[in-house]
Amino acid sequence: MSAPDPSSLGGQQSAAEATHGEDVAEGASLWGEAWRDLRRNPFFVLPVLVIAVLTVMAIWPQLFTDLVPRSCDLSRSADPPEAGHWFGFDRQGCDLYTRVVYSTRASLLIGLTVTLGAFAIALVLGSLSGYYGRWLDAVLGRIADVFFGIPLVIGAIVLLTAVVDRGVWQVSAVLTLLAWPPMFRLMRSTVLSARESDYVQAARALGAGNARVIIRHVIPNSIAPVIAYATVFMGVIIGAEATLTFLGAGLQLPALSWGVLLSSPPPRELLNTPHLLLFPSLFVSLTVLSFVLAGDTLRDALDPKLR
Amino acid sequence: MSELPTTHDTGAWSLPRRGEPVLSVRDLHVEFRTRRGTLQAVRGVSWDVEPGETLAILGESGSGKSVSAQAVMGLIDSPPGHITSGSIHFRGRDLLGAPEVEQRRVRAEGVSIIFQDALTALNPVFTVGWQIAELFRVHRGLGRREAYQRAGDLLDRVGIPSARQRLHEYPHQFSGGMRQRAMIAMALALEPDVLIADEPTTALDVTVQAQIMDLLTDLQRDLGMGLVLITHDLAVVADVADRVAVMYAGRVVETGRVREVFTDPAHPYTLGLMRSIPPLERRTASLDPIRGTPPNPGALPVGCAFAPRCAFARDRCREEDPALEVVEAGRASACHFSEEVRRDG
Amino acid sequence: MGRYILRRILQMVPVVICATFLIYAMNFALPGDPVRALGGERPLPEEVQEQIRDRYNLDDPLLVQYGKYMGNVLQGDLGESLAVRRGTDVSDIIADTWPVTALLALVAFAFEIVIGIGAGVVAALRSGSFLDNLVRGSTILIVSVPIFVIGLVAQIVFGVRLGILPVAGTAQGWVSYILPGFVLAAVSLAYVSRITRNSLMENLRADYVRTATAKGLSRRRVVGRHALRNSMIPVVTFLAFDLGTLLSGTIVTEGIFNLNGIGGIAFDAIRQQDGTVVVGIVTMFVLIFVLANLIVDILYAVLDPRIRYD
Ligand SMILES: Nc1ncnc2c1ncn2[C@@H]1O[C@H](COP(=O)(O)OP(=O)(O)OP(=O)(O)O)[C@@H](O)[C@H]1O
Ligand code: SF4
Ligand SMILES: [Mg+2]
Repeated sequence: MSAPDPSSLGGQQSAAEATHGEDVAEGASLWGEAWRDLRRNPFFVLPVLVIAVLTVMAIWPQLFTDLVPRSCDLSRSADPPEAGHWFGFDRQGCDLYTRVVYSTRASLLIGLTVTLGAFAIALVLGSLSGYYGRWLDAVLGRIADVFFGIPLVIGAIVLLTAVVDRGVWQVSAVLTLLAWPPMFRLMRSTVLSARESDYVQAARALGAGNARVIIRHVIPNSIAPVIAYATVFMGVIIGAEATLTFLGAGLQLPALSWGVLLSSPPPRELLNTPHLLLFPSLFVSLTVLSFVLAGDTLRDALDPKLR
Repeated sequence: MSELPTTHDTGAWSLPRRGEPVLSVRDLHVEFRTRRGTLQAVRGVSWDVEPGETLAILGESGSGKSVSAQAVMGLIDSPPGHITSGSIHFRGRDLLGAPEVEQRRVRAEGVSIIFQDALTALNPVFTVGWQIAELFRVHRGLGRREAYQRAGDLLDRVGIPSARQRLHEYPHQFSGGMRQRAMIAMALALEPDVLIADEPTTALDVTVQAQIMDLLTDLQRDLGMGLVLITHDLAVVADVADRVAVMYAGRVVETGRVREVFTDPAHPYTLGLMRSIPPLERRTASLDPIRGTPPNPGALPVGCAFAPRCAFARDRCREEDPALEVVEAGRASACHFSEEVRRDG
Repeated sequence: MGRYILRRILQMVPVVICATFLIYAMNFALPGDPVRALGGERPLPEEVQEQIRDRYNLDDPLLVQYGKYMGNVLQGDLGESLAVRRGTDVSDIIADTWPVTALLALVAFAFEIVIGIGAGVVAALRSGSFLDNLVRGSTILIVSVPIFVIGLVAQIVFGVRLGILPVAGTAQGWVSYILPGFVLAAVSLAYVSRITRNSLMENLRADYVRTATAKGLSRRRVVGRHALRNSMIPVVTFLAFDLGTLLSGTIVTEGIFNLNGIGGIAFDAIRQQDGTVVVGIVTMFVLIFVLANLIVDILYAVLDPRIRYD
């Protein structure tokens, strides 16, 4: 799996120019109008609710289960679902539901860390690259090309096999390192079109300093599509972590994530105990789906060309 | 024409004629149904052209000129666009009711159109020659070689230097004027009876504009075809057109022979247009000289659509929509007070 | 055209160098003992450790190490397997297994092109219809489910429950490739159909489509010849970009379906912590990926005459 090309999901291909020609004041109303649309859109509201529940689950897992993830009974190894244990038991005989609930934290945390990291890189480097252009743009563009030349999961496998202890932070760092280029490119192109717009030209003509122009005018007017993309991105990263871990190159026990739950039994065994496959992967898929849907609808709502 | 005139339709067809019109549009209505409501872009437009004649359609931006032309060519995107009523006759046959195959044949050989921006109107991934030759191959069944031969002749005819070589170039390799020439060549490939030119020179440099207009009138004379010229340029209308239809808010508000309409307008909007031109600088004058802005086609006022901007407006204008009525032989105007307008004008 | 290709190749060189260097450096120059990392949790015998130090020139400065390593790679020497096929050259393993992977990728590509583009075209021509929404819905769904889950579910449904398609190995010839090929293609197929749909819809609104209609061409010709040709430009670009997804996908797919291709070997190597095999295969995947991007750049220039070669 690779980080998706920003233009490949969703309605129009014009996300990069979404805010082109809007003023800052209109930038504010852009969000206002988007919110009015989104509020009534079930394909936005439902995913956001799911994400909210998952967030609570990540922070306070004990709200969702009375059991603790490490109290297990080996005699119940891989037993199917039953009353009181809706998801059944995993190979160690632990209650699978509890394990799934407690796995939420690591999965979301990796997604969030990588997204914030890539977003920060995109915000800073993308703005500089798009705004100043010239050699800075050329250098940053080439660097992005290098990382773009390494498919996300493949690159992560190599880098992570070299890491002996793979925890949340190591996995996040490697994924951030490899996944930032598409977001950077998106930010750069929206900044580029914002820079050419009349109000930025006007602000510059009025003698506003570069830093001020970037922070007050350029960024607010070019960030909307990047935020929408970052939402989709977070889903993609959560999926990538699960895949990596499933392959054995991601998190390791005793850390818990959905990927870890899916990777501990060998694949062949999953075929005979479908509940071990079904429940963790249902959580992964629902989470990824929620972020992808929310980001997708957000992007459409923020695109003035689609109104 | 045997149909009875409808409310907004009495002028154009009652002109004294030399012959039968080759293309006639009757009481055409086009609306766009968008999420924000229904927009009446064309509200009962009628006009017609005879062989060899030039009809100019004049009007400010958004008055429905292009939409009515697109309706004739079957180019209204549906949804959101719908032709809700009216008829379009080509050589006496109603096109709107005709089967798809026949509509296509008329589009191929009967009526052609050229657009304002030839760069976007030509397909960027095929050579100019291929695009012209396509017509001969599809509609005439010619082989590749012969089709290209004919395409080369055409490019030559529209004044493209070293036409044979340029056949194999792509549209982006042509200059703006050359592209429009290529567009014209394509439109005239199958020698249509009518050419609709939708602002054919707006996107071009002033010097090139005159060349393209010369080329068009030249070809029109040679081929004896009717020309429907959509334009903002009053000077061009005065130069080349025989008759003119002035459009406002989706409707023809005045029509007649160019000289008569221009010297003796019978509608306040036309009068405003004429007054806006300083006599000595006709060539550089642009349209839209009248105070105020055109009405939103999604929310037209009751009564006369021009009333909010009209110096002649009375109470009656805000209640009753004026019909297009004959004011003298070959002339019609859609104004309750056209007599008064002509006296004052 | 020749100069354009040459320039693209020259631009590609630094990307290849930096990317492979990055992979190499991460593996051999991080703090900690690279030899131990290569061997994973398995204690390596003294002489093997010595061999590795020697093989990767770990006593040289990093840049020299890398230079020597790349020199070897370019001569087809990717080192020796430490676990999966102990003692075999990685290049021999690859030479042995690539036909399986190539066939799998080919089947997946065919699915992508036929189903992906087909669904996209149908969705665009009937935009807003039930069919369009179905395509849109299922693509988002497919994109959201990790590929290994799709693979395992497909195995359970088609192989175990319905028993209509082989779930593992290549014993039954090309039929064995249908299920893994489809699984491998699934995600990309979804993207392809979305891109095709959006691109075609955009092009259907373009002025030149109007011109084509005004020329009296049939709808079929207007769409199939004029609009579709233009719409394929972003699709082709995506297909190259997507080769990366396909390559990483083969690791998962071949692993799950127990195919003995390059990906399957990599899958085992990761689980058995056979570092040389992983690094060797991935380095090769990166090279293929970059090369595919070059080919697409050229294809792109052929498809879109507006690209200037100079
Ligand atoms: N595809 C469409 N969807 C919605 N509204 C449309 C569409 N095409 C045209 N319109 C509307 O129809 C009205 C008439 O447009 P039209 O293009 O005919 O104007 P025009 O007289 O040709 O103006 P111009 O001189 O600017 O070319 C406008 O209000 C326009 O917004
Ligand atoms: S009808 Fe009235 S408002 Fe309309 S143009 Fe005539 S005078 Fe003006
Ligand atoms: Mg127009």
